[in-house]
Order: sequence, then structure tokens, then C-alpha cells
Amino acid sequence: MNAPVEPAKMHDCRDAFVATLEQLGAANADIVAVCNDSVGSSKLAGFRDKFPERLINVGIAEQNMVGVGAGLANGGKIPFVCAAAPFLTGRALEQIKADVAYSETNVKLVGISSGLAYGELGATHHSIEDFAWIRALPNVPVIAPADRIETAAVIEWAAGFEGGCFLRLSRVGVPDLFAENHRFELGRANVLRKGSDVTLIANGTLSYRAMTAADLLDAKGISARVLNMATVRPIDTEAIVSAAAETGAIVTCEEHTVFGGLGSAVAEVVVDECPVPVPMKRLGVPGVFAPTGSANFLLDEFGMSPQGIADSVTDLLKRKR
Amino acid sequence: MNTHDLRVIANRVRRRDLQAVFEAGAGHIGGELSVTDLLTALYFKIMSVDPANPRAPERDRLVLSKGHTALALYVVLAEKGFIPKDEIATFLKPHSRLNGHPNRTKVPGVETNTGPLGHGLPVGVGMATAAKLNRANWRTFVITGDGEMQEGSNWEAIMSAAQLKLDNLTLIIDHNRLQQGARLADTNDLAPLAPKLAAFGWDVQEIDGHNMDQICAVLDAGQIVTGKPKCIVAHTNKGHGVSFMSDNVAWHHKVPNEEQYNQAMTELKEAAP
Repeated sequence: MNAPVEPAKMHDCRDAFVATLEQLGAANADIVAVCNDSVGSSKLAGFRDKFPERLINVGIAEQNMVGVGAGLANGGKIPFVCAAAPFLTGRALEQIKADVAYSETNVKLVGISSGLAYGELGATHHSIEDFAWIRALPNVPVIAPADRIETAAVIEWAAGFEGGCFLRLSRVGVPDLFAENHRFELGRANVLRKGSDVTLIANGTLSYRAMTAADLLDAKGISARVLNMATVRPIDTEAIVSAAAETGAIVTCEEHTVFGGLGSAVAEVVVDECPVPVPMKRLGVPGVFAPTGSANFLLDEFGMSPQGIADSVTDLLKRKR
Repeated sequence: MNTHDLRVIANRVRRRDLQAVFEAGAGHIGGELSVTDLLTALYFKIMSVDPANPRAPERDRLVLSKGHTALALYVVLAEKGFIPKDEIATFLKPHSRLNGHPNRTKVPGVETNTGPLGHGLPVGVGMATAAKLNRANWRTFVITGDGEMQEGSNWEAIMSAAQLKLDNLTLIIDHNRLQQGARLADTNDLAPLAPKLAAFGWDVQEIDGHNMDQICAVLDAGQIVTGKPKCIVAHTNKGHGVSFMSDNVAWHHKVPNEEQYNQAMTELKEAAP
């Protein structure tokens, strides 16, 4: 990892998630948490200690976990269903489809340790298909916050949102990108950095890497806009169309397979909505099961180090008219 | 309502169901005829529900996990006043609210969308847990098919319900011994079901699922065992009430021709209490 970021400034966004959930839980007795023996990895011990009967740990049973969440919502509760993202979305996908999306239940699906966060544990534990799977379902917004501040804002938003959603969190440390008073708006991208030659679109752990890449590009005289696109569905069409029109090239960066995720969603908008198509490059996991390595190692390996992103931009700009 | 009147309603539901399957040219007549008595007892004797306020927070909940028998539920909901009776004629027609599996966002009285098997019981566990958290007295009922109990998600939920001591949850297994393609015994034989549920910590009772007196007695709130979820193994017949359909695997979702329809309707009319 060659990003010039000091380790001390990195934050595990799970801490912001549970701190916010505990605050919301204190104010609203209907907020409950459901998990699959993941009290530790979801960092729910504090919530459990404060509200013992409102932490429903169903054991290692993800299908039941999501169904229980839907039933709790039917009974007027606001369940945050928390589990490692690969098992929440992979094992219980049909429950997410039928019990949450199709039934339109007020279930907050919280995928912990998403993307490549479990690095060395291998591809069974990687959740690099979840954008694609959940994005294909109606009624369930798909959201990947980029830092601890946006994570807290997203959790607060989710508690007040009447409907299901999928919140994709990581455990990999990221620095602050937003100001403390940031409020999350569904389907609204945030311009993290202004620029005119190219737009980098990222979310989750990739946003700060994109910001660092923009620094590297700036040193070479390339002005890169950085859009934080936390909401993958509903996607911010207007921001993408503006980016295409105003910067003429787009590079997407995501901790996800390039098949069906953020890059695909952006490309769909470019194809469907832009009067003039623009060159695009989708960075992500290139349709393989990842080799052994930490999340940060793998992101670098797949061309998403800040330098790798910058190099992709330089290559792409050769195709720009 | 006394059990004679319940039998009258159940007979009427069977006839309307049969007519709708015949007219729509589709349906799951076998499983609909096996579950009709259970649904009738629940909606007209046991459950506290209000068609004028289908989302009343304190209502009892029913989840028809064997969602492919939605038509029987629709007819019962129409009898109860949740939807207009003449709407049954739209079953499976383009843009009808009444598609092949129940949809809570479209049909008042439906609690969750079912269809893929093994979904209803986990949702029921969540409902019953919500009632416990709310210190509320409403009850949750889930009806599964017996073949459906082959889905592993049911057993995840069975473990949870016992662990959570959900005595406000009742699982009714419509044990008609037949699944879509064959007898359970020839596929993945779960019978006997009762000792399996008992081993998981449930209070289990077995009844004749077509005997209205037994159905009403076993579902009475006075039968609740504190701290234990209840399972009722309802011994039923697929196609019950029509001689040539009863206990015949061919009638999972077969549609009667006109001659069969007339014969079936005649048998049901003659059996009317």
C-alpha cells in the first residue's frame, strides 16, 4: 500500500456503526439487532449489554436470521440484521428477495466485513458479489459508506427510513473523508474533490484510495473529480451524467467484482442516459477468486493502489477525444 | 361460531376453490383441499383479525408458508371480508392481485409473501419474538406442508423458537403425506414428525386435520404450554372431499376437465353439512 496515510488516522467503521446503533437504541425501544453468532465480529456486545432482550442471536443460521428480521418488522420492530456480508447475502439471498425485498419489510441488512475484508481467509469469506446480487432486487437500497462519519450518518438514516436496505460495511481501516456534520442522502453522490479532466467514482474503502490517486494525478497536471457514490441503488444518475459531460472520462473503483457492481451501474447510466458516450474503465476484482493476501494487498494487486488507479486514468485519457 | 357452522364454511370454500381452479385452468387443488379446514377454523374461530383494519397491531398473524395453496387463503379471506368475494374470479388473470402465491403488499390479510418453501416459519419466529418484546398477547400461526419440512430453514427456525421459548407461536404441519411428485415416504420421509419436533423442545399434538372439533380444541389458547412453541401435526388428505383426488399424488396441481369438475362439485355439494 503506497498511500501516504498514517496508520493512526485509520478507523474501523464498525465502531461508528455500533456507537450509532446504541444511541438510536437508547432513544427508540423498537430498534433491535439480529445476528448469527456474530456478536463479536459485528461488535454488538455493547448493544447486548445495554439492551439484552433486544439482541436476538439466532445462532449460525442465516436463512432463519433474515426471516426472523422480516417477522420482527411485521411486529413493528426496526431490526438491524447483522452478519458477515458473504453469509448474509450469499446464504440468505432468497430470504432477502422474498421476505425483505418482495414483502417490502422494514429490515436493515447490515453486511459486516464486506468486500475483501477477510483477505487471507480466502474467497469463501470474500463478499465481492453482494452489490450485484442485492442491486438486482427491487425495493432494497444498496449503500456502502466510505468512512466512519458517513457510516454513522447512514445508520441514522436507515433507522428512520421506512423500508428495507442493504448497508455494506467493512472492517478495514479508512481515514475520515467527510466533515463531522455530514448527513446522508439516499441516491445522492458527494463530490469529494472537484476536477475537470476525469471523474473517479468510488465508495466504501475505495473512496480514500481514489482521493489519494487524485493527488498523484494532480502532481502530473491531471485534474480528477472524485465522486463518493455510497448509494449503488438507486444510483445518482444526474451526478454521473454531469461527470461524463463535464470531465469526459470516468474510472470506477470498487471492492467488488467488476461484474454487476458499482462500475456496471455507472456504465448502465452512461449507456442509457448520456447523449455522448465517454471512455470508461471499471476497476475492481476482475472476475476471479482472489489469491491469498490481506484486503489492502489484494486491492493493490488488482490495480487499485492509488498509483494503480492513477495509471488506469492515464491510460484511459489516451482514449479521450 | 360452532363447529357445524365452520364445516358449512369449509365446504363452501372448497367449492369456490374448485370452481376457481377449473375456471383459471391452474391452481394447487390437492393441497388447497387439505388445508381448507385448518384455514377456516383459524379465521372463523381462533384468530382475532379485523377485515376493516387488516394491519391492526394487536391482530393475530397467520403465515401460509405453503404459499402455492394461496387460492384457499384467498377464498377464506374473501369469506371473512378482507377482499370482495367476486374478486376470486380474477385469480391468475393479468394484473389480478390474486397471483399464484400470496402477496402482503397487494392482498389485505396476507402477512408475508411466500412461495419458495421454508420461508414462513422463520418469519413466524420473528413475529412471535416481536410480540414477546412488546409484552403483547397476539398469537402467530404458521402452516407448512409436510414436504416443505424437508427445507433446512424450517429446522433453523424450529431450534430458534424453542431457544426463545415462543409459546405464542403455533406451527401447523399439513401432513397429507404427498409432495409434488411423489409420496413423502418415497422421497425423503420425515414421518413420524411429532417425535422430531418434540426432540427439539416443542409441545406437539397430533390431530385429524379434517375434524373441526379436534382442530378447534387443539388451537384453543388454553392449550398453550408455557415456555414452549406448539406444533400441531394435522393428519390430512391431499384432495380431501373429492373421491378421485383424495390421497392421489396426481392431483398436486392437476386441473379437472369438465366431467371431473362436475363430479367433484357434486360430491362436495352432497357432503355439505
